[in-house]
Amino acid sequence: MGLKSKDLLGMKQLTPEEIMEILDTAKTMKLVIASSNKKTSHLQGKSVVTLFYENSTRTRLSFELASKYMGSASANITTSGSSVAKGESLLDTARTIDMMGTDIIIMRHNQSGAPHFIAPHLKASVVNAGDGMNEHPTQALLDMLTMYERFDTFEGKNIAICGDVYHSRVVRSNAIGLSKLGAHVTVYGPRTMMPVGIEKMGVRVADSVEDAVRDADAVMGLRVQLERQQKSLFPSVAEYSRFYSITQDMLALAKPDAFLMHPGPCNHGVELPTAVYDCEQSVINEQVTNGVAVRMAVLYLLMARRNNL
Amino acid sequence: MRTILKNCKVAGRPGQNVIYIDGGKFADAFEESAADEVIDVKGRTVVPGLVDMHIHLREPGYEYKETIATGCASAAKGGYTSVCPMPNTKPVADNAAVIEAVVKKAQEAGLCRVYPIGAATKGIEGDQISEMGLMKEAGIVAVSDDGRPIKNAGIMRKVLEYSSDFDLPVLNHCEDKDLSEGAMNEGEVSTSIGIRGIPTAAEDIMIARDIILSEYLNIPVHICHVSTMGGVRMIREAKARGVKVTCETCPHYFTMTDRLCENYDTNFKMHPPLRTEEHRLAIIAGIKDGTIDAIATDNAPHHQDEKECEFSNAMNGILGSETAFALGYTYLVRTGEITLERLVELMCHNPSMILKLGRGGMNTGDDADLAVFDVDNEFVFDKNSMLSKSRNTPYDGWKLYGETIMTIMGGKKTYEKLC
Repeated sequence: MGLKSKDLLGMKQLTPEEIMEILDTAKTMKLVIASSNKKTSHLQGKSVVTLFYENSTRTRLSFELASKYMGSASANITTSGSSVAKGESLLDTARTIDMMGTDIIIMRHNQSGAPHFIAPHLKASVVNAGDGMNEHPTQALLDMLTMYERFDTFEGKNIAICGDVYHSRVVRSNAIGLSKLGAHVTVYGPRTMMPVGIEKMGVRVADSVEDAVRDADAVMGLRVQLERQQKSLFPSVAEYSRFYSITQDMLALAKPDAFLMHPGPCNHGVELPTAVYDCEQSVINEQVTNGVAVRMAVLYLLMARRNNL
Repeated sequence: MRTILKNCKVAGRPGQNVIYIDGGKFADAFEESAADEVIDVKGRTVVPGLVDMHIHLREPGYEYKETIATGCASAAKGGYTSVCPMPNTKPVADNAAVIEAVVKKAQEAGLCRVYPIGAATKGIEGDQISEMGLMKEAGIVAVSDDGRPIKNAGIMRKVLEYSSDFDLPVLNHCEDKDLSEGAMNEGEVSTSIGIRGIPTAAEDIMIARDIILSEYLNIPVHICHVSTMGGVRMIREAKARGVKVTCETCPHYFTMTDRLCENYDTNFKMHPPLRTEEHRLAIIAGIKDGTIDAIATDNAPHHQDEKECEFSNAMNGILGSETAFALGYTYLVRTGEITLERLVELMCHNPSMILKLGRGGMNTGDDADLAVFDVDNEFVFDKNSMLSKSRNTPYDGWKLYGETIMTIMGGKKTYEKLC
């Protein structure tokens, strides 16, 4: 039991067996979340620190609640209120947290590879809560948990992901994780947001939203990063929503029991019309709950490894 | 001072196994008894002192990375006796005063012949042409805005025209910066690890522009550190048409690919970036068929703090002086791609010719610049053995052939391996 590596850096580093162990553990963690007394002792006497160099609502709060539900001492650092604002380097900051006896450091950073860079320098386990455009493994795990609760197997399932593929760490982690378990991932988005060589990651690049969504078992929309619009990746929100958003009509092309996901935060009326966000097939709010469960499972399994050593 | 080197294998001179040096010059034979020193080279390979036409010595302004003295010591350890430092110092080497200071420091160090390259435009800003004539009087051998390519084609035209009045070659780092906002080669690997990519097209577009300008104006242009298949193809085709274009590549482009960036190791980060295998093979093909004229190092020292950080924040560039010959020997000569003589052409005669330095001669009366290499025994390159102030090499632990045994400049030992 437990993970093979000290750190959870990405889906790239997980075996299919480890992914399934996390998902199975997360299912039992959901029982804790649903109970009236949300308390376990798995992390009692342990310390967990979240170190976020980027804004976050869901990821940071769900990690924080996950660690608290399991009884750990937890603390937060954000860049604006810490010595990072004084120009302290990432490595010095991470070492400082490490030397305070921290067991697990959960980090979000705007640069790809930042957790990979600090992890070998630290005794603490590092959990990647999103690094640049690279990976967001716990997001993929919560997405996969949401699917796993509806699928008996990932084998042969068709997953369509539409939107800003280029900048999305969610796509990369999902593509890697889902492929490892035998699912087929199809991506679609404006060509200006499609990274070169994405098909080498084992995904199919569709020609249109319709092409991507047709016969899908699950459909995922991605947040359009409106702040990137000045970089001329698409001409206007109006044009984006006309040609690239997932509408009710398009969703009808997917399999009858298909469901709709979105990692949030969502730009209503851009990547999804509000009616679609709230439609019967939408499981977006459930994903949020699963986020806590999956993060509890990850913390639990990393700590199990630390305790076994 | 009279020196004899005996038991030599002199590259390109079968039959010659003794070298005579008198007063800093190669000399006719004289008796051993008349020598101040007799060095037994023990059958090692002797080549003319290497010429690095593209190096960063960092002084003035960045002495915490490297100084002229340490950079020259590092170059001497690589078998170099002549180096051409790029002007991107602080202040920029865009005026005679800075050039004079560089030349003076280099003479004090006395470890390499230092031939500075002046900025092509003031402040390497790409707007106004620099005082090329005055800088030539102070000692520059070429002009370049290395690292900050001249973006405006109109300015590039003026740089080519004005430099030709002073017979100064123009060396251009070809990169369309509007197309290359990334930190590594754009492709499968950059996509997989989420690093913004630099497309080969960014390099190719500016190479094409420079070839077109050179041909139109009938003025030579030299393309720095070519890393792409398209670049090699265009230069090959232009040369065949008679365009006065020359180019260099660097050892990293024929020894490594972008796969090595997968773990975010910043010692594999440089501009242009490591490309894919097909480009690596195209560089070797260009070296073989003569399209590529020179191998330079683009030796770029950086402090530990500038490399031990997030990949995209890390400085570009790697050390190269102390590994270049061994990499060339191991990856080009031992593999049978080229001969040792051709490697010496690429690393000595051709750069000397492009910059009109008059280096590389080994006849009586020529300056006694030479390097002795052990090409028969494998050695493990150890970054802690380096003479550079910095340690940003990707080659630590690599098994190579061609360890430097000794370097002599003007009859004086500038490096000697401690045995």
